[in-house]
Amino acid sequence: MNSIFSGTRLRDMIRSIRACKTAAEERGVVRKECADIRASINENDPHDRHRNLAKLMFIHMLGYPTHFGQMECLKLIASPGFPEKRIGYLGLMLLLDERQEVLMLVTNSLKQDLNHTNQYVVGLALCALGNICSAEMARDLAPEVERLIQFRDPNIRKKAALCSTRIVRKVPDLAENFVNAASSLLKEKHHGVLITGVQLCYELCTISEEALEYFRKKCTEGLIKTLRDITNSAYQPEYDVAGITDPFLHIRLLKLLRVLGHGDADASDLMTDILAQVATKTESNKNAGNAVLYECVETIMAIEDTSSLRVLAINILGRFLSNRDNNIRYVALNMLMKAIAFDDQAVQRHRVTILECVKDPDASIRKRALELVSLLVNENNVKQLTKELIDYLEISDEDFKEDLSAKICSIVEKFSPEKIWYIDQMLKVLSEAGKFVKDDVWHALIVVISNASELHGYTVRALYKAVLTYSEQETLVRVAIWCIGEYGDLLVNNVGMLGIEDPITVTESDAVDVVEDAITRHNSDMTTKAMALVALLKLSSRFPSISERIKDIIVKQKGSLLLEMQQRAIEFNSIVDRHKNIRSSLVERMPVLDEATFNVRRAGSLPASVSTMAKPSVSIPNGVAAAPLVDLLDLGSDDILAAPSSSGADFLQDLLGVDLGSSEVQSGATPGPKAGADLLMDILSIGTPSPSPAQNNTSSVDLLSTAGINNNPSTALDTLSSPAPPHIATTASAGGMFDLLDGLSPSPSKEATNGPAYPPIVAYESSTLKIEFTFSKPSGNLQETNVQATFINLSPNTFTDFIFQAAVPKFLQLHLDPASSNTLPASGNITQNLKVTNSQHGKKSLVMRMRIGYKVNGKDVLEEGQINNFPRGL
Amino acid sequence: MYFQIHFVLLVSRQGKVRLTKWYSPYTQKERSKVIRELSGVILNRGPKLCNFIEWRGYKVVYKRYASLYFCMCIDEADNELEVLEIIHHYVEILDRYFGSVCELDLIFNFHKAYYILDELLIAGELQESSKKTVARIISAQDQLVEAAKEEASSISNIIAQATK
Repeated sequence: MNSIFSGTRLRDMIRSIRACKTAAEERGVVRKECADIRASINENDPHDRHRNLAKLMFIHMLGYPTHFGQMECLKLIASPGFPEKRIGYLGLMLLLDERQEVLMLVTNSLKQDLNHTNQYVVGLALCALGNICSAEMARDLAPEVERLIQFRDPNIRKKAALCSTRIVRKVPDLAENFVNAASSLLKEKHHGVLITGVQLCYELCTISEEALEYFRKKCTEGLIKTLRDITNSAYQPEYDVAGITDPFLHIRLLKLLRVLGHGDADASDLMTDILAQVATKTESNKNAGNAVLYECVETIMAIEDTSSLRVLAINILGRFLSNRDNNIRYVALNMLMKAIAFDDQAVQRHRVTILECVKDPDASIRKRALELVSLLVNENNVKQLTKELIDYLEISDEDFKEDLSAKICSIVEKFSPEKIWYIDQMLKVLSEAGKFVKDDVWHALIVVISNASELHGYTVRALYKAVLTYSEQETLVRVAIWCIGEYGDLLVNNVGMLGIEDPITVTESDAVDVVEDAITRHNSDMTTKAMALVALLKLSSRFPSISERIKDIIVKQKGSLLLEMQQRAIEFNSIVDRHKNIRSSLVERMPVLDEATFNVRRAGSLPASVSTMAKPSVSIPNGVAAAPLVDLLDLGSDDILAAPSSSGADFLQDLLGVDLGSSEVQSGATPGPKAGADLLMDILSIGTPSPSPAQNNTSSVDLLSTAGINNNPSTALDTLSSPAPPHIATTASAGGMFDLLDGLSPSPSKEATNGPAYPPIVAYESSTLKIEFTFSKPSGNLQETNVQATFINLSPNTFTDFIFQAAVPKFLQLHLDPASSNTLPASGNITQNLKVTNSQHGKKSLVMRMRIGYKVNGKDVLEEGQINNFPRGL
Repeated sequence: MYFQIHFVLLVSRQGKVRLTKWYSPYTQKERSKVIRELSGVILNRGPKLCNFIEWRGYKVVYKRYASLYFCMCIDEADNELEVLEIIHHYVEILDRYFGSVCELDLIFNFHKAYYILDELLIAGELQESSKKTVARIISAQDQLVEAAKEEASSISNIIAQATK
């Protein structure tokens, strides 16, 4: 019996929630309340509904789920009393939105309430409909709403008008039904009705071309008169805001005039006088007045050309811009962006003020101003504006530097009058904000540098000087070491000095210092380090006198924890060490990068599957070793496609010719499978069948006997030909590289040494592919087994991008050498060596899961299998 | 679709939500995300900065009154200065209704704050520019509720008497 006296109970709940000290405590209180409400809902006592819903709304506001109360809203709405309906509609608007199915159930109640005798009930229904109606409801109830626009009480008329705006937004086809009713509202005297009527007309104009024409013809003059009356009206306390009579009505009238005037010279002409009057007479010392002026300026700029008015408008914006109120300056910047379109010169006059706004402490203003400045830039003022912005970059907040530097870069790229200026500006940006610069920006810079052959010397010297001071700016360091690697000789010999330069003395050792610094600094990232390593290789040829020192730095990287770094270090060291005769041609300067291709690719941000650079035209003296070497270094080649981990290969890597990922192509499938194997290993370790003890015994016996047989011959072989798998713990593929570099025959046949102890097995056979394994044991290590896998193509098609991946349980360790090829011709075969180390040797036998991926006629094929038939005792 | 005001949000300085009104459809999940994101940005802004923030392609106009931030989200092209006036208009009406309104009024009588907002905005558009008119309509409806209460209590008294 306390439905209406529920205030205390609601208050109690709010109090106890507010008294909670912790979030957990609050959750507890809410949970208990929700449980009570649910129980009460189940009892279905109409007297509690009001209070329950009020509570639920509060709980909802705190962010807890309250869907179980939705039906209560509908029941309250359907009840006869006003208090119940009032809270019911409020709950409906709060707890539901237009996408909920439940909403459809309320259509009937709404229809009844729209026809209710009590105008406040009608008002509630209109308000709810206006706030949350869906398209279906809009269609169903449009006739009722349309009728209510003519209702006797203004309170209902204005609500019906706004409700109609929602209806026509939801169902634009209904627009024409409302045109007549809407135009009748424009003659109203009641401000509320007038405001909503103007709003409805505006809505109809934006939806329907016919409605726009209709209002333009019939209503333009009336609206102008209304605006004039209100502008000239005497003080009306009810509507006065800071000396302006009803600024809200002003603004809506101006907005409607804007759409009527836009694209129609006659209508525009009619409104010139009143716009001039509003623009000149409105008080601008308070926000309300400025809001009206702002709207007026917007209208002036949108309607057809009336140049005298536009001068007025730009002047208003100029005043706004120098206003001390941040809000006013903000909207001025906003509007000036639109004003540029028709009067660039006028906006240019305010350039200095706008530039000041870029330095404002307020982030919103800075952002606007920066946008505006970038629109103001042209060929004539680019130098001056860029200078201002870069000067500011030095002192701006850290979190603004990213936006600012990106804008400067795009301005510089777009309007740069000459290359040297571009390079200078970019160097400044990189020096100040190098850590915030995006990759494509510094990539573009390298492309430009590469193309500016007469500036190579100048650039590398400037970069050298910059990097000494700003060594913490990552992208600056990258560009600098790239240039030092390429043009190190120009740096040292001061080649191509420009008149503006001061001569500097840089020794070869100084140049290497910079690169060494980059490669050893702990916070340099992988890309930087990789670039430094390539630079070192290049410098070893450019600076023969200190190539020993360079070699030492490279050698240190053999211990790098980064696999690719380690691998490269080994390769490069080998080049420095043993291939002096071809080194200089290997590390020749990069050919000029193709700007056009780069730009196309940058615009489309295509994946790096197609190389952007022309292949270096290296002339190699000794043909035999050259072929693999060239491939090794020119890694932009297209056959990276399938290499699993090179998918992210980015432009930089192509650029440098150090596509780190693409080594996998060379080495068959090594790093890819390895990564995959680690992953698979974990998965496998659970499901591995554990061999029975009996098996274990026999296998250990086997092993003993075979090891003996195996021992001597394989040792002999090892010493004779220093064979393929060198024992490098972390990377199997490095071995493959060695082979290539050293020009050794990769896989000496081991069949002979194997002895009969381990018969070859067919590890896998499908209709298209057969895999055979042959086994051998290296000397001295019982745990190790060398497996030679032979892949035989049984189909008439060629397999390309062939990759063999294998995974083993945790007690096994697996190393894969590169396959002899990644292309498997029809009826042909390729081989790949595997080394398996069995830490449970003698207890468990080998088991392996494998996956083979390849392409047939461009289509990916994946085959999988498990190998359980390994000979015992391995 | 064009809406002037997408949503209205009242948050306290402690980040507690005091009122939310959504005129564009947002799911519950989106709503809480919006509230979290915006209150984070707005509460951390310095006092002398402008009252607008650019957010997800929209603009949020906010103004602080005592311990409460009143926020309204509008389209990029809308008149921010006017929305500031609408916020002020709302605050003035609340002030008149409660008699120098404070945060506690809005906590314990949150439904009243919603009723008043519903007399001010429909479908995200301004409905009435006269504070007096809004006050009159609200008080007329409050009287209807009071009358219903009295009627109910007199009936319950009669029942109580009869069943004594």
